[in-house]
Amino acid sequence: MPSTLRRTALYDQHVAAGAKLVEFAGWEMPVQYEGVAAEHRAVREAAGVFDVSHMGEIEVSGPQALQLLQRLLSNDVAQIALELDGGGAQYSVLCREDGGVLDDLFTYRLDTDRYLTVTNAANHERDLDWFQTHARDFPEAQVVDRIDDYAMIAVQGPLARGIVQAISDAPLPARMAAATRRLAGEEVLVCGTGYTGEDGVELLCSPAEAAGLWDELVRRGAVPAGLAARDTLRLEVCFHLYGNDLSTERGPIEAGLGWCCREDTHFIGADAVRAVRESGPREKLVAFAIDGPGIARQGNLVAGGGEVTSGTMSPSLGVGIGMAYVPAEHAAPGTALEIDVRGKMRRAVVKQKPLYRKGS
Amino acid sequence: MAEASYPEDLLYHPEHDWARIDAADPAVATLGITWYAQDSLGEVVFFDLPAVGASVSKDASYAEVESVKAVSDVIAPLSGEIVEVNEALADDLQKINEDPYGEGWLVKVRIADPAEREQLMDARAYAATLGG
Repeated sequence: MPSTLRRTALYDQHVAAGAKLVEFAGWEMPVQYEGVAAEHRAVREAAGVFDVSHMGEIEVSGPQALQLLQRLLSNDVAQIALELDGGGAQYSVLCREDGGVLDDLFTYRLDTDRYLTVTNAANHERDLDWFQTHARDFPEAQVVDRIDDYAMIAVQGPLARGIVQAISDAPLPARMAAATRRLAGEEVLVCGTGYTGEDGVELLCSPAEAAGLWDELVRRGAVPAGLAARDTLRLEVCFHLYGNDLSTERGPIEAGLGWCCREDTHFIGADAVRAVRESGPREKLVAFAIDGPGIARQGNLVAGGGEVTSGTMSPSLGVGIGMAYVPAEHAAPGTALEIDVRGKMRRAVVKQKPLYRKGS
Repeated sequence: MAEASYPEDLLYHPEHDWARIDAADPAVATLGITWYAQDSLGEVVFFDLPAVGASVSKDASYAEVESVKAVSDVIAPLSGEIVEVNEALADDLQKINEDPYGEGWLVKVRIADPAEREQLMDARAYAATLGG
């Protein structure tokens, strides 16, 4: 592997656990340990632990922090609560003027005028540049790159909260909230968010403390899980993956993310988003399941127009699943699709999102 | 099978496929993918079974195996006609990972040209192509 790849603070943990390491967005990351099926099952049935330290962080602070974020992020940032004990979390997209999506992000409120936004690894530098460029219009907002200050560990699954709670000095923040806690003695930002469709938390800590925290979580039963399981888990619950399901080529309405766009906040791209919302998108991102054998993959074309943006074999459902942009008139659940999978036409059916629900 | 292994009694194709000449009937060969192939691919989640009676050509793809992340063509090490496919795989694709030279076999073919065997590698030569 080229030596230019970045390694997370947990690299030694991955090697010791026998991980298969791959290049991902410039980082050397664990794609799997024991095997994707077992890791996927551990998260659905118990608890898994993921190293997601490749994700970036941007801190925005100062008297104009809210105004800057309101300009950048599609959601209504003023709605992120601040309690005595911690702040709220909010999902949004970052759009260009034409509505094309630059990234999808979670923003956590740390204090009255202090916010932390988590970026996708592949987009971090572009996002940072975008934040800094627009910060010039808001001189009392400071934008600081925090990527080197945080390691990020996701603990996900029905037993995840219990495992983390057992080493916490205080009750964990609720879902969609974030608060600083001492975990095994170290200060950690605990976020009630995730990317698997399971309950759980995401932990932001200093890189120096990451290995100790990881070992403690594993010792208490969280199963190391890699990027491959992260992908099958998120796709079963139809969470978007930037670079697959989101890109600058399409807007948030097409992607089904109109719920996190508040055009009245005048974010960059709001006019373009409003126009698509009012006229109705020509294409929509749908979830589908293959009817019969086969697995559709990213880039496979849909007969009658459209393309698959994510596809895999669902470990929970045992069928090929995916998401695809299709003409809006083909987007209703129950619609039959034909997908060209390397020259073979595979039948698929548009499904209600999410594809997997607890207990299904 | 957690550790790499390349049995001595097989013939190997550089695209990570093996052939076992049937001891009782040297006109028939069993085909499959190597330990290296299944390890690179990861857990197999789909195998498109070819049909009995179909012809396969040496160096050409006759089937596809898919893992969660990747699709891989399965290359025929020998030309011939498929006389049997491993139907048991339909219920348990993990056999391709767990026992690639045994229960994870893919197809049996009636060999069209016995001379093609000479172009395949033995276990030592194949292992050497893997860089150790």
